[in-house]
Amino acid sequence: MASDQVTLLDLWASPFGMRVRLALAEKGVKYEYSEQDLMNKGALLLQMNPVHKKIPVLVHNGKPVCESLIIVQYIDEVWKDKAPFLPSDPYQRAQSRFWADFVDKKIYDFGRKIWMEKGEDQEAAKKGFIDSLKLLEGELGDKPYFGGETIGYVDIALVPFYTWFYAYETIGNFSIEAECPKLIGYCKRCLKKETVSKSLEDPKKVYDFVVMLRKKYGIE
Amino acid sequence: MDEREYNMAEEVKVFSTWASPFALRVIWALKLKGVEFDTVHEDLINKSPLLLQYNPIHKKVPVLVHDGKVICESLVILEYIDETWKQNPLLPEDPHQKANARFWAKFGDDKVMQSIGGGVLLKEGKEQEEGFAASMENLKYLEDEIRGKKFFGGETIGLADIALGWLAHYLDIVEEIVGLKLIDQEKFPSLAAWKQEFANAPIIRENWPDRDKLATKYVAMREANLGKGTPK
Repeated sequence: MASDQVTLLDLWASPFGMRVRLALAEKGVKYEYSEQDLMNKGALLLQMNPVHKKIPVLVHNGKPVCESLIIVQYIDEVWKDKAPFLPSDPYQRAQSRFWADFVDKKIYDFGRKIWMEKGEDQEAAKKGFIDSLKLLEGELGDKPYFGGETIGYVDIALVPFYTWFYAYETIGNFSIEAECPKLIGYCKRCLKKETVSKSLEDPKKVYDFVVMLRKKYGIE
Repeated sequence: MDEREYNMAEEVKVFSTWASPFALRVIWALKLKGVEFDTVHEDLINKSPLLLQYNPIHKKVPVLVHDGKVICESLVILEYIDETWKQNPLLPEDPHQKANARFWAKFGDDKVMQSIGGGVLLKEGKEQEEGFAASMENLKYLEDEIRGKKFFGGETIGLADIALGWLAHYLDIVEEIVGLKLIDQEKFPSLAAWKQEFANAPIIRENWPDRDKLATKYVAMREANLGKGTPK
């Protein structure tokens, strides 16, 4: 393991990239971070992810792994002696996978519509987004983290999206905390952990990034 | 067997519909591992209270119930099955190969199914042309991945084969309905060979849904989708 070569092809604002950064931080893995220009994709990215041409891509000893949750599972399996992300019981593992999949299906898609759409479409997205967060609150229950006493797979899947909440709220003109105080409390609790705070980006910077994207796509 | 043995026997139930390619994955996986189970046939127009209780979030099939434990989402169920019944493994041990299998299963659901189902079956004219082009691009990636292998899983059927398996039967029906050839023997020889191999594999070949029933269903879906927004 001492001679492991680990590189992460990423974009600073990507919540998917932040998942991988958090996973690597939790395992204490040293890696090279390589910021990608998605307007001008480099040869390495195209070679390592020819199918999707997207980030994040983890390159481990020359071999690529693509798709953020697949990468997080890979990290958990390779660096298995520390901070396990998934429980050992198959049923508990299935529950974790279900909820991480739920985050992918709901949080990202609704969130995207909040900053890309207007009028009725945006309102529908806001409702879907809040409804989904409330379901996640239900799943969290009284636990400090979705993983129980420690950060796990679902936490890693979800908490990076917190960095985009300020952008969603400002553009969508609503307060996520007013609707889902428990979830916001949970996110703030996660941020107290050093691995989380150093892996997540500043929400204000993310907001500026989203404003730039909206201009680029001609959304006003 | 005596009462104690009976009570210790596992109870495995699969909630499915006759047409669902997702539920079929679960049935294949259980049968490939020799696991006994009961099927609960659902009617999606008239979902049973039990289905809604077991899958309140998505309200869909398949649902697996194993000794009272409920698991939803077909790919999640497949991994649970593989971890619970370890004979005839669907995933390799090596983490990189495992990641690769998961990648292609996800690619199938996120891209291939979308382009063929949403882009070709349910569209016409220019939109269908675009859907067709996207489908061909996606199939090319599958062709490159399967080349030189009997199955996506190697010598034996694996997770990616089960996830992509719908291509070996459901696709024929789509092709007939829209009059377009997608897995063309000349364009995609390796994928066409895989299709044959998989469609005729033991267990797989015994569980395909009825072609004519599927054709009727898909024609209705296509017409319903095309009928939307056009003045009558």
